[in-house]
Formats: sequence, C-alpha cells, structure tokens
Amino acid sequence: MNNIQEIAEHKPTPGFFSAVGAIIWKDLSAELRSRELLSAMLVFALLVVLIFNFALELDAGTRRVATPGILWATFAFAGTLGLNRSMAVEKDRGCLDGLLLAPVDRSAIYFGKTISNLAFMLIVEAVVLPIYSVLYNTNLFNPGLIVVILLGSVGYVAVGTLLSSMAVQTRTRDVLLPILLFPVVIPILIAAVKASSGFLQGLALTDVMPYINLLIVYDVIFIAAAYMVFDFVVEE
Amino acid sequence: MITVKKLVKRFGLKTVLRGLDFEVQEGEFVALLGPNGAGKTTFLRILATLSRPSFGEVRVAGHRLPAEAAAVRSNLGVVSHLPLLYGDLTAEENLQFYGRMYGVFELRKRIDEILELVGLTSRRRDLVRTFSRGMQQRLAIGRAILPNPEVLLFDEPHTGLDQDACDMLDGLLREVAGKGRTVVMTSHDLARVEDLASRFDVLSRGIISASSKRNEMGKNNLLDFYRKALAAAV
Amino acid sequence: MKPQPVALKVLNVVSVLLFLAALGMVFLYAPLEETMNYVQKIFYFHVANAWVGMLGFIAAAVAGVVYLVKHDQKWDIIELAAVEISLIFFITTIITGSIWARPVWNTWWTWDTRLTTATILEMIYIAYLLLRQGIEDPDRRARFGAVYTIIGAISVPITFLSIRIVSRTIHPVVIGATNGTATGSFNMAPQMLFTMFFALFTFSAIFVTLFWHRIRLGQLAQQVEQLKLEEF
Repeated sequence: MNNIQEIAEHKPTPGFFSAVGAIIWKDLSAELRSRELLSAMLVFALLVVLIFNFALELDAGTRRVATPGILWATFAFAGTLGLNRSMAVEKDRGCLDGLLLAPVDRSAIYFGKTISNLAFMLIVEAVVLPIYSVLYNTNLFNPGLIVVILLGSVGYVAVGTLLSSMAVQTRTRDVLLPILLFPVVIPILIAAVKASSGFLQGLALTDVMPYINLLIVYDVIFIAAAYMVFDFVVEE
Repeated sequence: MITVKKLVKRFGLKTVLRGLDFEVQEGEFVALLGPNGAGKTTFLRILATLSRPSFGEVRVAGHRLPAEAAAVRSNLGVVSHLPLLYGDLTAEENLQFYGRMYGVFELRKRIDEILELVGLTSRRRDLVRTFSRGMQQRLAIGRAILPNPEVLLFDEPHTGLDQDACDMLDGLLREVAGKGRTVVMTSHDLARVEDLASRFDVLSRGIISASSKRNEMGKNNLLDFYRKALAAAV
Repeated sequence: MKPQPVALKVLNVVSVLLFLAALGMVFLYAPLEETMNYVQKIFYFHVANAWVGMLGFIAAAVAGVVYLVKHDQKWDIIELAAVEISLIFFITTIITGSIWARPVWNTWWTWDTRLTTATILEMIYIAYLLLRQGIEDPDRRARFGAVYTIIGAISVPITFLSIRIVSRTIHPVVIGATNGTATGSFNMAPQMLFTMFFALFTFSAIFVTLFWHRIRLGQLAQQVEQLKLEEF
C-alpha cells in the first residue's frame, strides 16, 4: 500500500510534445501494418483522376488549364476519406475515451491527430503527383508547387481534423464530413489552385505571392481557432 | 479517496443524477448496482473526468473536478465494456502507447510486469484485433493499471464475456484491487460482484438509495438488499 | 404558455406599418432611375435583405461564442434563430439579385465575389442544420453547433477575400468608391438614398421582430420537450 502511495506522490505527467509524438507514432505504426487508410485514399485518388480524364477529355490544351484544379479536387476528395477513417479508428473501440483519460492537454490530442492526418495526406500526394506526371507527360516537380501543396494540406487537415472529430460523434457520421468541411475549406482550394497554376505556368513570384500569403493566413487562423475550440468538441 | 456531494448531471433538459451523495474510503471496493439506465455509467464517467458535473462537488484522490481534472487523470485507471485498445497495434505496442501518454517511468520493465500479470506474455507481439473478448478485457485491465493508479473505475467489465473469461477476469480484478487501491465498479449482475466487493451501493433514480458493507450483510442477502433498495427508491 | 409581451405586439404592428411605408416610398417617393427604370426598384429591398442576412450572421457568431463560454441553452436557441433568419434572408437576397441581374447584366447568375460568397454561406448554414439533425443529445448539439458557427464565421470573410483577389467584380458598390468594372451602378439621387436608408431601418425592425418570435418559438419547443420528459 505504501508502495503505491509513494509512487503516486511522484506521478510524472508526460510533456506536451512527447504526448503528441506518442499519438503520431501510434497512428503511423498502426497504418504501416494495416495500410487500410492509405490504400483506400490512394485508390480513390487515382479513380478521381481517372474520372476527370473522361469527364474533361484531357487533351494537351485542356490539361494545361485543368491540371491544378484536378489535383486539388483529388486531394480534397481523398482527404475526407482519410480523415473519416482516422477518426473512426479512435471511436471504434472507445479509444477516444482512452486518449481523453490520459493526463495530457487536449490540444496535444488535436495536434497529434492533425500531424498524423497531414502525414497520410502528404504520402498520398507524393504518390499521386508522379503518377499524374507520367500519365499526362507533364512535369509537376516544381519546388513552388510543393510549397503550395504543403501549405494547402496543412490548412485542410487543421480544419478537417477538428470537423471529423465532430462528425464521428454524430448519427450520420462519415457522410457528414464532406458537407461540413468543403464549404469552409473553399479559400484553400481557391488559393491553392491559383498558386499551383501560377507556378506551373512559370509566372513571376510576385504574381503568386498573394495566394501563398492567403494560404499562410488561413493556416495560422484556423490552427489557432481549432486549438481553441477542440476542447468543446471532445469534452462532455 | 472519493467524495461526491449533491451531484447533479443534466443532459439538456433530462436530469440523470439528482443530488447524489457518495463517499469511498481508501482501499474500499465498492460495487455500484442498479438497473439499466439508472445513471451508473454517467456517474462513472463523471468520476473518470470524461463528463462534467452540472452541479455539486466531486473530489477524486484529493482533487476537485472538473477544475483539477488533469491531476485526477494521472491517478486513475478506467476499464469499461469497450477495451479502449487499438486493433492494429500489438498488445505490447498498445501498452507502449498508453505508457507514453502517461509518462510511465521505466516503461519497458513495467510492460513486462503487466503482461506477466494479465497472462499475455506469450501473445505480446500479436495484434489486439486477433484477441478474444476475454483477452482484450485482460489487456484493458493491464492498460488501466499501467501508470499504477490509486483509484480504479470499472464500468461493466464483464459485458460480453463467457463464464470462463469472467472467472479469469474476476481473479485479475481481485489481484489489481488489492494493494490498497480504491475501486468503484458498476454492474447489474449481482452474482458477479457478490464475492468481489467490500461494499454495495445501489444507484436508483439518480441517487444512492442504499448502501451496505459486506461484513454487515449476511451471506446470500445481497439480492434481498438490492430488491429492498429499489423498492424504497420508488 | 405565456402570451406575447406587449413590446413584441407593438413591434409586430410597427414592422407591418414600416414595411407598407417602405413599399410606398420605393414606388411613389423614390425617383425612377434613368437607364434601368423600374428594375432598379428591387435594389432597395435587395440591399435591405442582405443587411438582415448580415445581422443574422453576426448574431449567430456572437451567440456561438457566448454559448461556449456560458454553456447556457438559451444561447443555443438564439444561435439557431439567427442562423435560420440569416439563411432565409440571404436566399431572398440571392433571388432578388438574380431578378435584377437578368435585365441589367443579361444573366441570372455570375460567379461574382458577393454572389459566390453568399452561396457558400448558405451551404455552411445547411451543413449546420444537417449537423444539428444528426445529434440527439441537446448538450452536444449545442456545443457542436456553436463550434461550427464559429468556424463558419471565420471562414466566410476569408472566402470573400480570396474570391476578391482572384476575380474582378462586376457587382456595383453602393457605399464607397465605385470601381470601373462594375455594371449597373448608378448615381443616387438624395431621395433614393433616403429610401434606401428607410428600407434598411424597416428591415432592421423586421429582423428584430422575427428574431424575437423565433427565439420564443425555440423556448416553447424546449418547454414541450420538458413536459414530455416529465411524463416519464
């Protein structure tokens, strides 16, 4: 009995970053093993590209204009699949309660999940880009484009993680996420498409900067907002 | 160890707990009995810091809720009817993850101890997805005691287990409940808790309507006591 | 059930009278615009509708924040009332705008900054209502509703800004400098300006009246729910 009390007196609590790290490690190792989430996202992403191919009859001329739009629509659609799955895993065996029971700040849970989701998103994007390049004989290896994809994905998962943790706690679950998410990520899609096409067409940096700035502003504002309201989403 | 005074919990307009008083001394093993829908789970979720009290005073391990929830959490182990484990991680990885979330000291050694205790050492590298209900529940207990908490909360831990698994679980519950830990366990199955608990409280209509120590109650009188408590509450 | 308070009854009458007066002013007092003729008349109510939509939008965002701070169901009722009113008035804004745009811009619809933003805002409101519909627990419904209102309230101005950066607008700007690309802008005679402000005032009164009624309705619905619970 004394034994327990003694230990209890000196209960350690983990640091913020080690809790964030633990969640990321957990998500990535589970995914590395099952590959359920990534394979679903990837197959879906490629199917979306395929559908656009037939829907828009992508000849060389159309492609030049449509590529940024196709890429971002693909990322947005595939992204909701990943976000849904990633939160469903937490809800299935009551694991969300398990996370909430841990003596860590709730924002650590938010940032952990957000960074995992971002990793999944970036992996899918890293696979889709070269495939798209090969399929349409377009060079997409443009450092500017990569920066845009990074900034756009950050904002997308920042809002997406918050809204998906709401969506899984409703009766309508996965069907609700895109409906909640798409109308509020429109600024990202607008700015990212414009910036991507700017870089792909080789515009001057000054012409693209407004869109990059917009993405940065969006990311900062929404990470801050989600950080502030996440408690209300998970705590009864 | 646990003090609850005039606890009220409302969900919107629905009042589930109506001025509940509850007190648990250090080292007690309290079985919280009551029919389905009486508010047992709600009450336990409040003690577990997962749900906020609407009104009233709640103290767990010397800390007030919900203000000092973080301090309570590090001293609390919870087992519910859901295992709170990740199916795509192995038994060992699950414990590793939760150990890191609690900042457990000398984690590797502690995990070995826990796996030994819950009898899953040979299955440590298997995915939790492949475990039977009983094994998942044993690992869930291992997860709960990982940070060596003073207070344990069990919410219907026997749900969905067959007879053998239940018996095995009981042995384990008794083992972890010893060592001076304070335990509150909800159940609607009297036969299951009869030999486990040192005190029986009945939760009915949102309050604790009766309470009796085991040594003050003759053998086989639990059912009698329970029926009277429910009748008195109406 | 309590009867309507006197102030609300007065507001009912005042709103109707103001509306009739505004209608009279639009058709009898305000002069006819030279190039657009009668089509321009819709402008007064179009602006006033958008104004009420805006008021509702702001009220909803404020109610959302207050709810998260105070956890009082009252603010959830206010938030829902504001969202519903804003939803309806922005729909009428879009419709009156289209009626005006058909002869003036020669199209019902264009992907202009204001039009697009208003449409996206409507989508956010619909998503908000769907979200509420999917949650049984009133407490959680209120929390999630408040969170989504806040997220929406932050995103709409950014959406407006981003569309504006992307495309030049052809929408006339009533207050402030008109830009060169706007189509259908006009110089306002003093009587027109006065009519517009009168319409704005009228619709503000209508907004208050409707808001009050909708909040009362929400409270009554809550009482009904309470009575149902007590039967058990």
